[in-house]
Amino acid sequence: MKRRLPAALAVAAAAVALAFLVLPIAAIFLRVPPGELLHQLTTPVVTDALIVSAKTSAIAQVLIVLFGTPLAYLLASRRFRGHGLLVTLVELPLVLPPAVAGLGLLALFGRAGLLGTSIPFTQTAVVLAVAFVASPLYIRTAIAAFEAVDPNLVAASRTLGAGPVRTFFRVVLPLARGGLAAGEALAFARGLGEFGATIMFAGSLQGVTQTLPLAIYEAFAIDFDTALALGALLVVVSALLLVVLKLVLSWQPSRRTSSFLFARSS
Amino acid sequence: MATLSTDFELPLRSFELRLALEVERAVALVGPSGAGKSSVLRAIAGLVRPSGRIALDDQVWLDEKTFRLPEDRRVGLVFQEYALFPHLTVERNVAFGGKARVGELLERFRISHLAHARPSELSGGERQRVALARALAREPGVLLLDEPLSALDAHTKDAVRLELQELLRTFDLPTMIVTHDYEDAAALAGTVGVLVEGQLRQLGSPAELVSQPSDPFVASFTGANLLRGHVTSVEDGLTGVRLDSGEIVYSTDPALGEVGVVVYPWDVSIGRIHADDSALNLIHGEIGSLSRVGNRVRVRVGPVTAEVTTASAERLELAQGGVAVASFKATGTRLVPLAR
Repeated sequence: MKRRLPAALAVAAAAVALAFLVLPIAAIFLRVPPGELLHQLTTPVVTDALIVSAKTSAIAQVLIVLFGTPLAYLLASRRFRGHGLLVTLVELPLVLPPAVAGLGLLALFGRAGLLGTSIPFTQTAVVLAVAFVASPLYIRTAIAAFEAVDPNLVAASRTLGAGPVRTFFRVVLPLARGGLAAGEALAFARGLGEFGATIMFAGSLQGVTQTLPLAIYEAFAIDFDTALALGALLVVVSALLLVVLKLVLSWQPSRRTSSFLFARSS
Repeated sequence: MATLSTDFELPLRSFELRLALEVERAVALVGPSGAGKSSVLRAIAGLVRPSGRIALDDQVWLDEKTFRLPEDRRVGLVFQEYALFPHLTVERNVAFGGKARVGELLERFRISHLAHARPSELSGGERQRVALARALAREPGVLLLDEPLSALDAHTKDAVRLELQELLRTFDLPTMIVTHDYEDAAALAGTVGVLVEGQLRQLGSPAELVSQPSDPFVASFTGANLLRGHVTSVEDGLTGVRLDSGEIVYSTDPALGEVGVVVYPWDVSIGRIHADDSALNLIHGEIGSLSRVGNRVRVRVGPVTAEVTTASAERLELAQGGVAVASFKATGTRLVPLAR
């Protein structure tokens, strides 16, 4: 009996932890009937937020991949003085409080800021806020993915007559692809949930800068059901992203060759 | 026949690598790990930049003004772990080096049936054939092999070494092989260089290195005699081998066809007259060379080199041109398959 006590305690603690993580999410769906949730999704507040979120996320993620990939590759393949410092600087927005991120963006792009632009409180500001907080996740993961490519494969490609560009596209990129996709999924999830930096830098104008998380915040003071509907929508999207991420991570080249073998021999 | 000339210096972590060498056929560089062997190949391939000169005939790859990038040199480098592209099929790995002769090369290396397989599905020997085919698809002017046999288990190593010997002979390219295994070096190349801490200690034929090592390190490293011959009889667990020099010796190793008889110098005894002991193998001959290594002497009798103490060399009054008998036990030999 005595020996069973620690095990029982561990199971009880685990049950509490699990319930704590699962119940709030379940509550979103349980509080309002599914039919009502679906109906709420057709209100203008929700559709506007959905469009703003989809548009700004898409643009921000394209920018992140376009500019982040070369930066990650250079940081992964070159060693120079200040390399560690540079990587730390890239990672800093990851741990920065979002409010500070918003403040920083205002201090740079604000009318009275360093660059003195009229970007704040426009849709461009949403894109910049999302890119600022989400890109370090992509870049960090992409650096790890590029570093995992065997340098001998790069050397082999070069001795076989391929220059640096051809080597990148035919050897490095295909081998790092899984890691890059995983990093992009993480950055996408982080960007979709962005709240603090966006509300400070872009405000919360319905149909212009009001993304899904901002719409939840505005709605829940007025109409809790709408907030719940938005919440349910984000839960579904986030869960889908997580599944995609897990699929991408398990779909590495080694697995691919074995499944290929299976398909071929069957 | 093309000639690869190298004369370069490259600072490594704890010493400087220096190599001045002309390569026409196959040269093997042998040395302990960390001697700078792989760096030699990386320097020739253009993956690192030493100072000095590297040229293939009159085509300069490196000098004070020139540094050709790896993709602009005609080098076929076969990496130690083969470095096959895991995301490409065998066929596309080979085609990466050059598309013109893919079918022919797959045929020649007996990997046509694996054309659509991925590297992860191949055995060690097959991977090596793919790596060689890929390197040759590049139409290289120089072939470089980094530890070609070390990634293989002992079981497949003999077969692959034999295969590699046969292939190397047909290539007709300046070839440099680096290995930590002296026997592999002796089997694969007519000229062997011993590389220690970035310096070429001695360069010569395998037999020269065993019989006249330049210093005790070379003597300890070069290890065994490799006597070429072919199997003439197999009886009672004894394999009879007729050496190329005419003598018949016996080994307890089973083998057929062309073989190398491996025997270590310290397992060979030297006498002035025929001593009738349990040693089964006797080789009578003229003393070809005497070479002092520390407190020992390497004595070459006919094709075989023995290592004896300085004291016994003096007691036996061994002298060059004199006659002696070398003897060694059948159990002290090993047989490795060789290409004719």
